[in-house]
Amino acid sequence: MRKCGLRQLGRIDYGKAFELQQRLVEQRKEGAVPDQLLLLEHPHVITMGRNGHMENLLASREVLERAGIAFYPTDRGGDVTYHGPGQLVGYPILDLREWQRDVGAYVRGVEQAIIDTLAEYAIAAGRIPKLTGVWVGERKVAAIGVHISRWVTSHGFALNVNTDLRYFQYIVPCGLTKPVTSMAQLGARATLEEVSGKVAAHFGRIFDCEMLLEDTVLAAPEREQ
Amino acid sequence: MTDVVMPQMGESIVEGTLTRWLKKPGEKVERDEPLFEISTDKVDTEIPSPAAGTLAEVLIEEGKTVGINTVVARIAENGASGGGAQAAAPAAAEETIPPTPAPEQVEDTAGKLKHAPPAPEAVEVGEPQGPLSPLVRKMARELNIDLRQVKGTGANGRITKQDVESYVTRPQQPPAAAPAAPPPTPTIAAAPAPAAPAAPAIQPLAPAGPARTRIEPLSTMRSKIAEHMLLSRRTSAHVTTVHRVDMTKVAHARAHNKARFQANYGFSLTYLPFIVRAAVVALRQYPLLNASLDGNNIVYHNDINIGIAVALENGLIVPVVRNADEKNVLGLQRAIVDLAGRARSRQLKPEEVQGGTFSITNFGSFGSLVGTPIINQPQVAIMGVGTVDKTPVVIDDAIAIRSICHLSLSFDHRLIDGALADQFMSKVRQVLEGWSEEVL
Repeated sequence: MRKCGLRQLGRIDYGKAFELQQRLVEQRKEGAVPDQLLLLEHPHVITMGRNGHMENLLASREVLERAGIAFYPTDRGGDVTYHGPGQLVGYPILDLREWQRDVGAYVRGVEQAIIDTLAEYAIAAGRIPKLTGVWVGERKVAAIGVHISRWVTSHGFALNVNTDLRYFQYIVPCGLTKPVTSMAQLGARATLEEVSGKVAAHFGRIFDCEMLLEDTVLAAPEREQ
Repeated sequence: MTDVVMPQMGESIVEGTLTRWLKKPGEKVERDEPLFEISTDKVDTEIPSPAAGTLAEVLIEEGKTVGINTVVARIAENGASGGGAQAAAPAAAEETIPPTPAPEQVEDTAGKLKHAPPAPEAVEVGEPQGPLSPLVRKMARELNIDLRQVKGTGANGRITKQDVESYVTRPQQPPAAAPAAPPPTPTIAAAPAPAAPAAPAIQPLAPAGPARTRIEPLSTMRSKIAEHMLLSRRTSAHVTTVHRVDMTKVAHARAHNKARFQANYGFSLTYLPFIVRAAVVALRQYPLLNASLDGNNIVYHNDINIGIAVALENGLIVPVVRNADEKNVLGLQRAIVDLAGRARSRQLKPEEVQGGTFSITNFGSFGSLVGTPIINQPQVAIMGVGTVDKTPVVIDDAIAIRSICHLSLSFDHRLIDGALADQFMSKVRQVLEGWSEEVL
């Protein structure tokens, strides 16, 4: 069975996580590391995909700055999006040649891992044709934006667990005028840690790999000197 | 001429939007070098060039959506007379044209070594030991970098693309400086010159001798441990109590069964599973120690899942023995050996470090007598195990030699009072001192 290193990074700055992603993508291309899944949470940040439209950013940079929201242009697919506390962000770095050389199947797989996770919380989520992401009714609970280079994936998904949804008011998420929602709003009481464990398990099943912890500390007591 | 087509990115994908050309007509391109980007369904993909040569013709402009297998460009291969205007430029022999629009500037920063006094030998490009990726080799060749000068930060010190990039963009030393001069250290400002504030003239660096410090970024694990420790200190009102426990009976049970364990199960028998067992018995009696605090609620956990701290080379991790109350000493020892071994070889599964309700850290194995561990959030207590030593103790006014161990318990005083903590510890002590289980 293929192996997938799992890194649970806790709350980490967007730029820092991006650097780590880039480094792992290079290492993945060189075959120096197996597939990776990074699970984390960002401080408030708005990111813009390469093909995004600035008009979907509804606030000026100064307003964002005053609200404590960072802004990053990125090289993923998709339009503008928001990340922040209470949102589970996943960056899978997979060599699709070792799974399926199929970008569409990859995105459907990521969606399925999230749909199956939500099912564990009795949330019936699904897809809307042509609108990538995971939806509950007409509301989007998880966004997806991916970059692929030499069949190695980066960027990924953002699942609203108990995100403060008011922060989405600064943008037109993904350029769509449909509302966003979160697991908390849908009545599921869950911690980020718990959801991330479930997502990792479904991810491993769907992408047919064994999830192994790498460079992770979820719990760490230590003796005081 | 090689046709470049819109690739098929998956079974259900019949078209793609060409979002960006990464090369201009007339530019040279290597085989497998990213040539353009396409966008399909929230996925941006870099498409590598199918051949080396010159980008002769671009047939599809940025922003157009075309079906798969549509020809989007043509590449004139090396040697062939291409159609591009600049294709026949003098670039032919040497790969000296950097793939950026500002060749001069790149030469200025990166070409320094090239125009510096010639290296003693005509060795082309220095290579360090160990494997190098084709990409790094190519960059080094193009930028004329001696890779032995580049510090690798990848796995096993391997040099990555980022390392080469940061080497190129590193702060430049004045060109006069001898190549062997050590980098300027920040301590240079130590001797202020109050008489001449206007002239902080940069002194030519005196040979500074060996560096006094070495700077290394924290690993992810290290910075997460740091974060977690501080978070726990900020969250809980830590108090530690220490109990002295007579482990003589346990020592006998252990000595009696050790060889059998090794022979039958292939692992040794340590003190730890006895202590876990005693903690489980006490946790059953005092479930508040097995709880967590959630805002204004106490969350009682019905499962007893014991986290066992495992020291790693550069950090530590706390895998969890699940349902520890359903295991005897053999089962506990087996679980501990398995989890610790896999923690060290990085083979733990994510769920195996989650869901702990109480933790135990065994610093006695490193010779420590007593410690005051930090609570593993969101738990409310952690037990520290000191070393087990034969010690003279007074029993009924006589001096006896007993196996003594100090057990400490750090608890969250928000939820647990000292009296309860000590009742809990007394129960642990009572189980260990009166060890009676024949069957382990």
